[in-house]
Amino acid sequence: MDSIYKENIIDHYKNPRNFGDLPGADVIVKEANASCGDMLQLAIKFNRGQIGDIKFKSVGCAISTAAGSLLTEKVKKIKVIEVIRGIKDEDMIEMLGIEVSPTRMKCATLPLRALQKALRLRSG
Amino acid sequence: MNNVKSDFPILSRKINGQPLVYLDNAATTQKPRQVIEVIRDYYENHNANVHRGIHTLGDESTRMYQRAREKVADFVGASDPNELVFVRNTTEGINLVAYAWGMANVGKGDVIVTTEMEHHSNLVPWQELAKRVGARVEYVAVNQEGELDLDSLEKKLELKPKLLALVHVSNFLGTINPVKKIATLAKKNGTKVLIDGAQAVPQMPVNVSELGCDFYAFSGHKMYGPMGIGGLWVKREVLEEMQPFMTGGGTISEVHTVGTVFAGLPDRFDAGTPNVAGAVGLAAAVEYLEKIGMQNVRAHEKELTAYAVKKLKSIKSIRIYGPRNLEERGGLVAFSVEGIHAHDVAQVLDDEGIAVRSGHHCTMPMHEKLGLAATVRASFGIYNTKEEVDKLIEGLGKVKKVFHG
Repeated sequence: MDSIYKENIIDHYKNPRNFGDLPGADVIVKEANASCGDMLQLAIKFNRGQIGDIKFKSVGCAISTAAGSLLTEKVKKIKVIEVIRGIKDEDMIEMLGIEVSPTRMKCATLPLRALQKALRLRSG
Repeated sequence: MNNVKSDFPILSRKINGQPLVYLDNAATTQKPRQVIEVIRDYYENHNANVHRGIHTLGDESTRMYQRAREKVADFVGASDPNELVFVRNTTEGINLVAYAWGMANVGKGDVIVTTEMEHHSNLVPWQELAKRVGARVEYVAVNQEGELDLDSLEKKLELKPKLLALVHVSNFLGTINPVKKIATLAKKNGTKVLIDGAQAVPQMPVNVSELGCDFYAFSGHKMYGPMGIGGLWVKREVLEEMQPFMTGGGTISEVHTVGTVFAGLPDRFDAGTPNVAGAVGLAAAVEYLEKIGMQNVRAHEKELTAYAVKKLKSIKSIRIYGPRNLEERGGLVAFSVEGIHAHDVAQVLDDEGIAVRSGHHCTMPMHEKLGLAATVRASFGIYNTKEEVDKLIEGLGKVKKVFHG
């Protein structure tokens, strides 16, 4: 098996993009993988019905952290909420560019679950 | 202990092109051919439902099931095979006590004492029981060495709890608790004692009659037996007072539309068709362990653990948890690698064919207390070797290389 710790993953893990607090955030959500001890916080600022800014903070493994970094980058690029709502688990794997085993799937999709929760809160 | 490895077919597997180094024995052990063959033989030659079968197969199956109960009961030191209830695993055994004994004996305002180092299986059933009956759960503190704080224990026992539920050997810290001494203390106030023996029975001699406890639960799959079978030993006088946990076929002596008379021991706790093949397989595992001798099992795993602790300590970025005194430590070592999440450590080790566990090992309260989210755990079995510990150490070198270049 090829290692899942490709250069890109290690880079996003060591230097996660959009990492930290987001002052003045409109919505802040927390999501955790209880069985791993991964915790992730995601904050979003909206701007005229679109994503204005997004940041995340996490204590977790390389996969969940890299996934948070990659996902927030993508969200910032797309901006349109309806399109962002369409992001699926498979898209996370594509972004990571690695083979994700069933046991690591919850690491790979943790930031996405936080994002979906945040957008649900906004619509609700 | 040199040639046991060849008894375990799975250990000749290659993982990611590397020979399997299986260090996840606290989660489940592998099964020797001697156990697998007995299960196959049961299904190929003897399978029939137990009890009431007059035909030859029914008779054979019933005898095999009874012999299995005798074998396993004797192995853990029960004075009477009927004190042993077959359950699926330790968790089911503990739940059986929580329902069948707890609901009848623990009431509003009562105290149940357990400890901070428990596996969730010996914690959640008591929280749930407390919720149902209006009792409360108190926790004995664990000190920095990973041992139970005996002052804290004494204070909790002064509350005259109905039950003290504690682990014999911790599956995270590895701590071997002085359960006999603790049971003696608890008895002074009439407190009943339940021991979670999931990790103890596979690695050291255990004699439930000598421990002075009332309930002792263990799992077959952690002692080289099959999954789905385990034992709950209950002191006879306590078991006799207990009503069935589950009811139905097998648990009764008479059923009329106006009521039911429950069967004696142990049938009262054998609702439905039991896991006969599992019981027979567990008895085979017991025979296998008896041949090796539990003293030898303990000596072997102690030596490996001492070796692993020494090697791990020599790596600066590694922190080890649990007692430093190896007399108080079972055959496992949990640790963390600075700056690298436990899952990532386990994943890189898997690339090298090394199986370790990562996570909180179902001991979240203890991890929380130590300020940890997750740890890596290497746990040893009869087939592990020092060379395999060396491979683990080499593997950890690779982990650091992947993450720190």
